[in-house]
Amino acid sequence: MAAKLDLNRVAMPKQGPLLRVLNFQEVALGYTEEQAIAEANRCLQCPKRPCVDGCPVEVDIPEFIKEIQEGNLAEAAKILKAKNSLPAICGRVCPQETQCEVKCTLAKKGAPIAVGRLERYIADWELADIAKRRPQFIASKPSGKRVAVVGAGPAGLTAAADLAKLGHKVTIFEALHVAGGVLMYGIPEFRLPKAIVQAEVDYVKSLGVELVLNWVVGKTITIDELAKDSFQAVFLGTGAGLPMFLNIPGENLSGIYSANEFLTRVNLMKAYLFPEHLTPVNVGERVVVIGGGNVAMDSARCALRLGAQEVRVVYRRSRAELPARLEEVENAEEEGTIFQFLTNPKRFLGNDDGIVTGMECVEMELGEPDASGRPRPIPKPNSEFIINTDTVIVALGTTPNPLIPATTEGLETTKRGTVVADKETGLTSRPAVWAGGDLTTGSATVISAMGAGKRAAASIHTYLATQVA
Amino acid sequence: MEIVVKQSHQCQCQSTAKGALDLIRLAPLEGFSVLERQDLAPKIHLLRITAPAIARKAKAGQFVIIRTDETGERIPLTIADWNQDNGDITVVFMEVGASTMMMATIGVGDCVKDVVGPLGVPSHIENFGSVVCVAGGVGVAPMVPIARALKQAGNKVTSIMGARSHNMLFWEERLDNFSDRLIVTTDDGSYGRKGLVTEPLAELLQNETVDRVIAIGPSIMMKFCAKCTEPFEVKTIASLNTIMVDGTGMCGCCRVNVGDTTKFACVDGPEFDAHQIDWDLVLARQRTYLEKENQALKDSKWRAFEKILVNIRG
Repeated sequence: MAAKLDLNRVAMPKQGPLLRVLNFQEVALGYTEEQAIAEANRCLQCPKRPCVDGCPVEVDIPEFIKEIQEGNLAEAAKILKAKNSLPAICGRVCPQETQCEVKCTLAKKGAPIAVGRLERYIADWELADIAKRRPQFIASKPSGKRVAVVGAGPAGLTAAADLAKLGHKVTIFEALHVAGGVLMYGIPEFRLPKAIVQAEVDYVKSLGVELVLNWVVGKTITIDELAKDSFQAVFLGTGAGLPMFLNIPGENLSGIYSANEFLTRVNLMKAYLFPEHLTPVNVGERVVVIGGGNVAMDSARCALRLGAQEVRVVYRRSRAELPARLEEVENAEEEGTIFQFLTNPKRFLGNDDGIVTGMECVEMELGEPDASGRPRPIPKPNSEFIINTDTVIVALGTTPNPLIPATTEGLETTKRGTVVADKETGLTSRPAVWAGGDLTTGSATVISAMGAGKRAAASIHTYLATQVA
Repeated sequence: MEIVVKQSHQCQCQSTAKGALDLIRLAPLEGFSVLERQDLAPKIHLLRITAPAIARKAKAGQFVIIRTDETGERIPLTIADWNQDNGDITVVFMEVGASTMMMATIGVGDCVKDVVGPLGVPSHIENFGSVVCVAGGVGVAPMVPIARALKQAGNKVTSIMGARSHNMLFWEERLDNFSDRLIVTTDDGSYGRKGLVTEPLAELLQNETVDRVIAIGPSIMMKFCAKCTEPFEVKTIASLNTIMVDGTGMCGCCRVNVGDTTKFACVDGPEFDAHQIDWDLVLARQRTYLEKENQALKDSKWRAFEKILVNIRG
């Protein structure tokens, strides 16, 4: 390894903005082998491993990078997958800049190792050739215990994979017709190809996990029924699926979507292939997206790809407070998204047919920090104005679906509707029922949900050892 | 252009399984196979589908979401009947667009790709006294189990069913079985009484004590049923057939103004107090994709497809 610090972070090849806004293909194209090795070679292999502390699932980062340096890609994949069952997903959607990469020794010099890009490279290398994929885990001796996992999103898939590796018989119940949760319905194809998600799901299934689609726990079957005689433990990973609205006049006019609906139509139901796929979505000429998170960026970028002439993100604070990843904001801006900061909607205007035509807004200014630590936006008096629009996407975040708490005796929830669970173990107020991910935290990241799934799996394993089969 | 009517795998349905664990074990193995198909009226079809997990839980007023094949929409349909012993459910649907046309090609032995449910809140059933059930068009099908449950609860059930014309009527006898009285109307007078369902409804309200009215049918019919009962202050329930995607509260596509609040038809409904519903908004939101529907049907594939359907219909 070179003795001198190499601060030339290898850039990720990307589709150009003028081209990519015309298609739904992946924007970031991934490293070549040469690029991956060059980037891996910058790693100092620090003995203190600060990057690992930043990873919610504690991937052995320096170790897998070392294998790339030496050209042992299969070994790198094995190390990666020992801790992370969904690396091709995490390599694409994890906010590495605030997790592993921010802790990198080279971050102080402004050039942290591109851990996410290397993770993606290894995961894709393995997925590309089925022959490379050999059973990497000799399943533990069957324990004879059954675990029900509710929800096939990041938390559930991670918990299921870990429990299966430990020898338990796991059944995942998924309400939708396909596994993946937010990875399928929320994150667009151009940021996370659905074939990648399904390949990772197939990997989890290959560990012996059984997947039952189209079962809505709370409706088709209750937690009580699952726990009664069939399953010794239950893990709830049903996410935060309930969209928040502004609760202002006119919000139910036709043409106003929750981001959940808009993205579900586009991603899960493939409305971008209409009419070959029969689920439609309406994208007018002037689209307004309300909110400043990653979901707002995804919505704006989908709307551009679906032919909108003008896409405007309306956010009530300023650029500095945008909760979205910087990379996503830059991508959206490059593609032509207009940002209108310090603006808050007051009401929607519609025509006689009940279709939205405009949005009355008020200008905001920033005041003292509020409970969240961010400056509180305050409306400027008499600053109302109207934005003309024919499609509105409300991307204000989500809260947990109340279906399971409402049908499960003794499952404690907070005022915000999240299920109360121990931070370390995920155990809920109900015996033998664990929970993790957005269901317990409200909307957060894929990797934090995976971390929660992992911790719960460890706790469930300990618990099952005390139970008679 | 060659049109391939897609068929999912043929499945060995083992409807003898009843325990929850048996159902779970079988779920990934068996598809949702169609056991029976009936053509009830022009463009109105019945499918009886293997779905033991849903049949085990179904209650009057609930719905399922069906996706015919990999490219199909998720279509909400109120459950018209179910049999827990046989492990099947029955739905009745009308061809109104490309997705329901695709569904109309399904025959006995075929499988539909996905069925999920039972969803929504079941109908509120108790002994109210005298109840009038108003069913329009394809709404007769979901009304039958509701009338049955109301009858079993001890109500005096008067049913009014209406259709455009005699040939569009179906299940008259079925509804009659669970009704103390049945009034049939057709718009063109080709059968029963000529006129709209609201006419006999208004007469009943004027002439006798009615404790509750339940309406299922086209939104415009339900709107006018609500207008009809409002002056009489009779509690009126409508079962909304809004557009949905997931059907579990995730998207908010089905939202509706009920009184001062926004409700989701999929999880808070589908039944609401008809006097509290903002009907104009319901109608507006239902029209959201009319243009897209026409676009889909103009696609050459669908024009050819329609010819196939004509052949199937005979």
